[in-house]
Amino acid sequence: MHEWALAEGIVSTAVRVAEDEGLLKITEIVIDIGELQQVEHEILMFALEQLKTPTMKDARFVLKPIQGRFRCRVCGEEWAFIPETVDKEASEAIHFVPEMAHVYIKCSQCGSPDFDVTEGRGVWLESVKGLKRDE
Amino acid sequence: MSDPRIEVIERRLEKVENIIAVSSGKGGVGKSVVASTLSLELSSRGYSVGLFDLDFTSPSTHVILGIQDVFPDEEYGIIPPLVKGLRYMSIIFYALDRPAPLRGSEISDAIIEVLAITRWEELDYLIIDMPPGMGDATLDVIRLIPRIKFLMVSTPSKVAYETVRKQLTLLRGLDFPVIGVIENMVMHSLRLRSQVEEDGAEYLGSINYDPVLEEALGDIERLKKTAMYAELTKIVHHI
Ligand SMILES: Nc1ncnc2c1ncn2[C@@H]1O[C@H](COP(=O)(O)OP(=O)(O)OP(=O)(O)O)[C@@H](O)[C@H]1O
Ligand SMILES: [Mg+2]
Ligand SMILES: [Zn+2]
Repeated sequence: MHEWALAEGIVSTAVRVAEDEGLLKITEIVIDIGELQQVEHEILMFALEQLKTPTMKDARFVLKPIQGRFRCRVCGEEWAFIPETVDKEASEAIHFVPEMAHVYIKCSQCGSPDFDVTEGRGVWLESVKGLKRDE
Repeated sequence: MSDPRIEVIERRLEKVENIIAVSSGKGGVGKSVVASTLSLELSSRGYSVGLFDLDFTSPSTHVILGIQDVFPDEEYGIIPPLVKGLRYMSIIFYALDRPAPLRGSEISDAIIEVLAITRWEELDYLIIDMPPGMGDATLDVIRLIPRIKFLMVSTPSKVAYETVRKQLTLLRGLDFPVIGVIENMVMHSLRLRSQVEEDGAEYLGSINYDPVLEEALGDIERLKKTAMYAELTKIVHHI
């Protein structure tokens, strides 16, 4: 249920972005969900609905899944994260701390743990849309 | 694009009264031993204490304190388990006993992630065991935990102290409070007091090299009976 902690971060950050941009009412919040972290979309959505502030009461939360992708720094191999290929222990660890990928996953070509997570690491706030005073 | 984790970090620590980073420019000077025994001693004095091992590539405090087979609870985030009287957090809960080969930016990302999801309850002290140097972990705690205070550890060697002096300069320039410097693993004579004072920091005291400390590692009852622990105890009331 650590999705709640992530949701809290998203809501607080959206509030701050809205303030910075002078939005009085938030209409849409787009969230990138890196699949490496294997966030439970339903729990996250539920938590967002529970935690949302009055300014975002009519907002649409859009969750955009982004496939986890790796590039080996040693041999250049690129490959995609397939959740089914890691065991439960690894999956749990990566869920809480995505960098634990370097502990449990190796380059499929050369076996190195030294790879970049080029896409789909974790949760990001992509955009916050809303209405300003003069609109 | 915004990182949704940064915003909640301060809130995760809001119930913690004092946050102390045990730090040094140099590796192997006794930061982890000092952070561990300091946590134990503050706890023995009746304070509620957390210990956070922020050395993600070479965590050590679990070895020093003999911590095993505990895991955090999951409850709207992560709740550090209560172990040996301390609220304890370490990357070992996730990396287990495997190597964690992380580059700088990955260390930083992992630190931010853990800070953002770990819910510290009410604590008088949170002691943070830092990795050596002024790399990612140091820069991240400076950036993300503005009220952190630093407790510096050095050996009597000028090689060690030179790195500590640089860190003191950095911290002073950024207006971060330094509690003082502990001179650890003293073998022959004390060397640092006048230097530390010249550099405008408080000299908190010294700890001799304790040849039997090794035997006590992993067992807190034995640790508490060592000469090293006794000397640390004398330093604690300056903190
Ligand atoms: N006062 C002391 N007497 C004897 N041994 C000591 C003393 N202080 C530390 N040690 C030993 O020195 C070694 C290094 O200590 P420790 O791991 O605490 O250093 P560190 O600064 O945390 O290292 P790192 O920079 O790698 O994190 C350990 O084996 C520890 O038991
Ligand atoms: Mg250490
Ligand atoms: Zn490779």
